[in-house]
Amino acid sequence: MFHQVLALIVKELLAVLRDAKSRMVLIGPPLIQLLVFGYGATFDLNHVPMAIYDQDPSAASRELVARFAGSPTFQVVARLRSGEQIDDLIDSRQVALVLVIDRRFTRDLLTHRPAAVQAIVDGRNSNTALLIQGYANTILSDFSLSWGAARGGPAPPAVLDLRARYNPSLNSHWFIIPGIVALLTQVVTLLVVGLSVAREREAGTFDQLLVTPLRQIDILLGKGLPGVLIGVLEASVIIAATVWWFNVPLRGGLLPLYLGLFLFVIAVTGIGLMISSLAVTQQQALLGAFLFMVPSIILSGFATPIANMPDWMQTLTLLNPMRYFLVIVRKVFLEGTGMRALAHQYWPMAVIGIVSLAAAGWLFRRRVA
Amino acid sequence: MNGGFSRLGGLLRKESLQIWRDPSALAIAFVLPTMLLLIFGYGVSLDARNVQIALVVQHPGPVASSFTAGFAHSPFFRPRRFLAIQDAEAAMAAGDVQGIVWLQSDFARLALGPGNAPIGVIVNGVDANDARIIEGYVQQVWANWLVARAAVAGGALPLSVQPRVRFNAAVSSRNYLVPGLIAVIMTLTGALLTALVIAREWERGTMEAVMVTRVTMRELLLAKLLPYFVLGMGGMAGSVAIAVFLFGVPLQGSVWVLTAASALFLLAALGMGLLISSFARNQFVAGQIAIITTFLPAFILSGFVFDLNSMPTPVQIITHVVAARYFVAILQSVFLAGNVWSVILPNAAALALMAVVFLGLARVIARKRLD
Repeated sequence: MFHQVLALIVKELLAVLRDAKSRMVLIGPPLIQLLVFGYGATFDLNHVPMAIYDQDPSAASRELVARFAGSPTFQVVARLRSGEQIDDLIDSRQVALVLVIDRRFTRDLLTHRPAAVQAIVDGRNSNTALLIQGYANTILSDFSLSWGAARGGPAPPAVLDLRARYNPSLNSHWFIIPGIVALLTQVVTLLVVGLSVAREREAGTFDQLLVTPLRQIDILLGKGLPGVLIGVLEASVIIAATVWWFNVPLRGGLLPLYLGLFLFVIAVTGIGLMISSLAVTQQQALLGAFLFMVPSIILSGFATPIANMPDWMQTLTLLNPMRYFLVIVRKVFLEGTGMRALAHQYWPMAVIGIVSLAAAGWLFRRRVA
Repeated sequence: MNGGFSRLGGLLRKESLQIWRDPSALAIAFVLPTMLLLIFGYGVSLDARNVQIALVVQHPGPVASSFTAGFAHSPFFRPRRFLAIQDAEAAMAAGDVQGIVWLQSDFARLALGPGNAPIGVIVNGVDANDARIIEGYVQQVWANWLVARAAVAGGALPLSVQPRVRFNAAVSSRNYLVPGLIAVIMTLTGALLTALVIAREWERGTMEAVMVTRVTMRELLLAKLLPYFVLGMGGMAGSVAIAVFLFGVPLQGSVWVLTAASALFLLAALGMGLLISSFARNQFVAGQIAIITTFLPAFILSGFVFDLNSMPTPVQIITHVVAARYFVAILQSVFLAGNVWSVILPNAAALALMAVVFLGLARVIARKRLD
């Protein structure tokens, strides 16, 4: 029996790998995407274009402006002479921040009254707006404190000592790139498995497969294992690139990572086979794969945190295998978490895998009748 | 010419019937955008609210409570008190809190005396974006506290900062993400709708059947394009209605600008789909290419979540061939800012150019295959 399953696996792998174009889409695009997304997907801000409207050019205002000009986050692209240009510059997205220094800036500073500084940001991208506000506030409060200290004023009662655990420089690549491991593994596995049954159904060869002496479980294995194999291989390449190309620290062990990867690929394979058995045509299978994949990526915590979702939707994400694997990849990579602490991420994927595989096996025959 | 029109009419009828019979095309055009927009509109948010944070106060007293009160009153934080820093660290390792604010035992003595009392702030840096936003919120609490302390002491801080946000004053991430989502979803719809239609004809062998007729390649492509264009515009209208009426995203610009921009974008997206479709000849490959070249770049390289200016230059160059990039820029401005022509015109021109290039290429490739 094992012999026949093996033959089926070989046949499945051949079906995917025989065609040069199919081979190409499995190898080329994921690697290109890893590179492009790895470099492109970042929440870090640098070279944010800004303008300065200094209504009181003086030594004090120059010192403040120099702090912005010298920061790697900002790039001063315009110095305004009138306030009328401000709105235009922001509306046309030439600048994302305008710093307006009040006319009585120096006088207020010297007479110990609060000197007014206005920071206008473009709110169209709210995330960037919040980050820009944060960076600008840091520069402004640093100025405020050092101005006071340099002139013998009282020291502030308390200062913040900010530290980030696990990712000291808050490099968002360290967050996104391990996420891409999960993202691309899911895309590739789902595509390989998702069309496998539908393709045979459309060609009419699936019925032939069903009348062979192969049992349901054998067909399931034959259809599923190639997907698992390709998924794990693809993920290994991406993990290697994450470690050696992007230099993201891998602080945990390979065992907790691969246990998670294995369960994740099985769960995705199960879902892919389920979609594939439900579909009558390849177009429907592809559509089904999309309908599952797009929400599962966007609602996985890949780019936006699950904690920000409404409660009912957080409950819904419990059905999403990618949610668990993302936690595993990130924790193993950055926090060096071990298997015991990840148990709560492992078992839900195992359950999803078993249930979806069982459902797929049941659907194989069901759709014929 | 008359014959040409009736041939085109016949083809259009055939395509429309085919769409009508196989519900999957209708599902792509209407169900997919509606469902996705609903899920994402509710689910995608970058606003950190109710951040679980550990407050460790080793010597409670009036000064320390004046500082920690800022966290209790902030809508951003849900503080939890810990007596020892070890317990707070353990809670952070377990993922129960995202950050720790630590006032050491000499806090009150230093704050009331020489000043510069250190406030330890430790955030979990794994989600770097979230960590930065949390740091920003902590800085706000601290800055407010400094102003209040200075006022108590009868003085003032040297600077008074007045933040102002132009457009989207509430800094709600939904207002900026929903217009971007429409672009992502329509990219998907447009490419999927057409990517499969020509590949399907090749695979089923009906392409040869069509080719021996007097139908020209232009008629064939046009017949494939028009019905899906109508479907796509319908899906677009539905998405905009959901954004405005359900999610309350303000539509500051005019509906006409929006319609014109959508039409241009859809032509580019459908053109891309046709191109993939005539290149691939096989639904498996066409589907793979459609997903890899449309959805993921539209998600990551369009400026929808990730800021384009912060990407390295080579990646920024690549983003110029992502049609969604131009559409996202137009949508965010038309929704939140109004008819800002300096944003709309260049981006619309880019979309038009892409539409022409993709459709033209699809035409060339499809003709070559006839030989």
